Amino acid sequence: MVYVYGDNIDTDRIIPGKYTKTLDLSTLADHVLEDLDPSFSKNVQDGDIIVAGENFGCGSSREQAPIAIKQSGVAVVIAEDFARIFFRNAINIGLPVLEIGKHNIKIGAEIKYDLKTGEVHDLSADKKYTAVKLPQIMIDILNEGGLVAYLKKNKTYKVS
Amino acid sequence: MTISEKIIAAHVGYKVSPGDLVISPVDGVMATDTTAPLALKAFEAMGGKGVFDKEKVILVLDHAVPPPNERIANLHSLMRKFANEQNIKLFEIGEGICHQVMVEHHYVKPGDIFIGADSHTPTYGALNAFACGVGSTDLAATMLTGKIWLKVPESIKIVCNGKLQEGVSAKDLILHLVGQLTISGATYQAIEFEGEAFEGMTLASRMTIANMVAEMGGKTGIVNPKGLVLDYDFEPIYPDSDAVYKQIYEFDVSDLEPQVAAPPSPDKVENISATEGTKIDYAFIGTCCNGRLEDLRAAADVLKGKRIKEGVRFMIAPASKSTMLDAMNDGTLQILIEAGASIITPGCGPCVGTHQGVPGDDEVVISAANRNFRGRMGNPNSNIYLAAPATVAASALTGKITSPKNIS
Repeated sequence: MVYVYGDNIDTDRIIPGKYTKTLDLSTLADHVLEDLDPSFSKNVQDGDIIVAGENFGCGSSREQAPIAIKQSGVAVVIAEDFARIFFRNAINIGLPVLEIGKHNIKIGAEIKYDLKTGEVHDLSADKKYTAVKLPQIMIDILNEGGLVAYLKKNKTYKVS
Repeated sequence: MTISEKIIAAHVGYKVSPGDLVISPVDGVMATDTTAPLALKAFEAMGGKGVFDKEKVILVLDHAVPPPNERIANLHSLMRKFANEQNIKLFEIGEGICHQVMVEHHYVKPGDIFIGADSHTPTYGALNAFACGVGSTDLAATMLTGKIWLKVPESIKIVCNGKLQEGVSAKDLILHLVGQLTISGATYQAIEFEGEAFEGMTLASRMTIANMVAEMGGKTGIVNPKGLVLDYDFEPIYPDSDAVYKQIYEFDVSDLEPQVAAPPSPDKVENISATEGTKIDYAFIGTCCNGRLEDLRAAADVLKGKRIKEGVRFMIAPASKSTMLDAMNDGTLQILIEAGASIITPGCGPCVGTHQGVPGDDEVVISAANRNFRGRMGNPNSNIYLAAPATVAASALTGKITSPKNIS
């Protein structure tokens, strides 16, 4: 299923502050997007896709926002662009994010995507988009499965 | 080079340009009770044994203090245990908001690169520092390595000419700028604030300005140090005369009116006349944006010898214990309490929607905070207007959104 939301979806709407203070990360998925789309957490299934407009994840630095989305089973977030802290957090915890610029993807569209090439294909409208290429360090972090694994292996940052 | 480029270049040891990817040493890292628990978990998972520098890693209990439930109390315990084991500084419950205590206790200084696991970390741009907010895992990585990877941001310059009118504050100015640039107007970029309107500003007012860089999506925002007065000597960093800016905005702010941001976004900003008269239930002054002594004094100036409207509640969370003591010693707190305010523990207070004053359904809040997203204060069925402390106080007095200029 493809869920489509608008511009400037802030982290308070992704996961309200009152739920963030926990280390039981599975509880975050129960409240993900609660104030934006109350039915989302009940309906979402593994492999679903969130598509949004510009500046997705603006506001608080809470890493609980991408964690909540990842915990819910969402496979990828595709947006016109992302707020910078959210974008870093998503890569760091291993939630794939694709920044594709202006798009016309509609709710329920059938989408194929390739994280390696960054290609997003809206099969319903037969339209293709290409995601902005990540800096090499982010590709390295993603390839390791996140920043924890990257640093466990490398001990410090490496420029390749 | 711009101020940001000069600070980064000084840290990495070579000239930098926007778009360069650098791995820079940092001068300090900080996390709070919202972000530290996950960061400490990530730190351990990375194989972290000791932090890179015991003097440069700081933990602050401020987002949910005192803890409203056992779950959060246990997270606080976890942070205390880590701080003890690592022998690093932890600011206890009631010491104040992270950004306030970092500045008060000189953990961040002009020219520094500072990384905070809180989105309002750019506040230190008031001090001529390059400060960025990150999430928990990035913070853990910086605690471990003492480094951060950064893409050198493009800079934009906001020039404000003219002097603000009496009764119009730094908050009104930054709300106006957020309204003009919008919530995504500075995404990934560094802002430089320059011009007459900033030159006479106190450190506290400059912190209010730099604080809301987060509400424009900026990576950092630095106030030009011209006119900056600190209680210690420092070497100011100015931009080079040939510095390159992606964009320069220029405003004449000498006629600026008090500003209000309507729900549910900090960039829905208009002159107060657009919302004046809206009935309010709840007024709040505090936060990293506006909980400092000059903010409490501005409220006290409006409320001296008066009582707030019956049926309105008025909460004040001083930005730090030291702010609270100063406001006690100079009589400010007495004026506010006699006017009907409740003073709560220094910290983030009700701004983060966890406790200490969640609004009810359909209630309207006027707040001196920096965010009014839906559900921000803990209830998605309430509405939050943002304004300067003087406007919040004037509104508490009348029970509706009111310009402080209309209070005699």
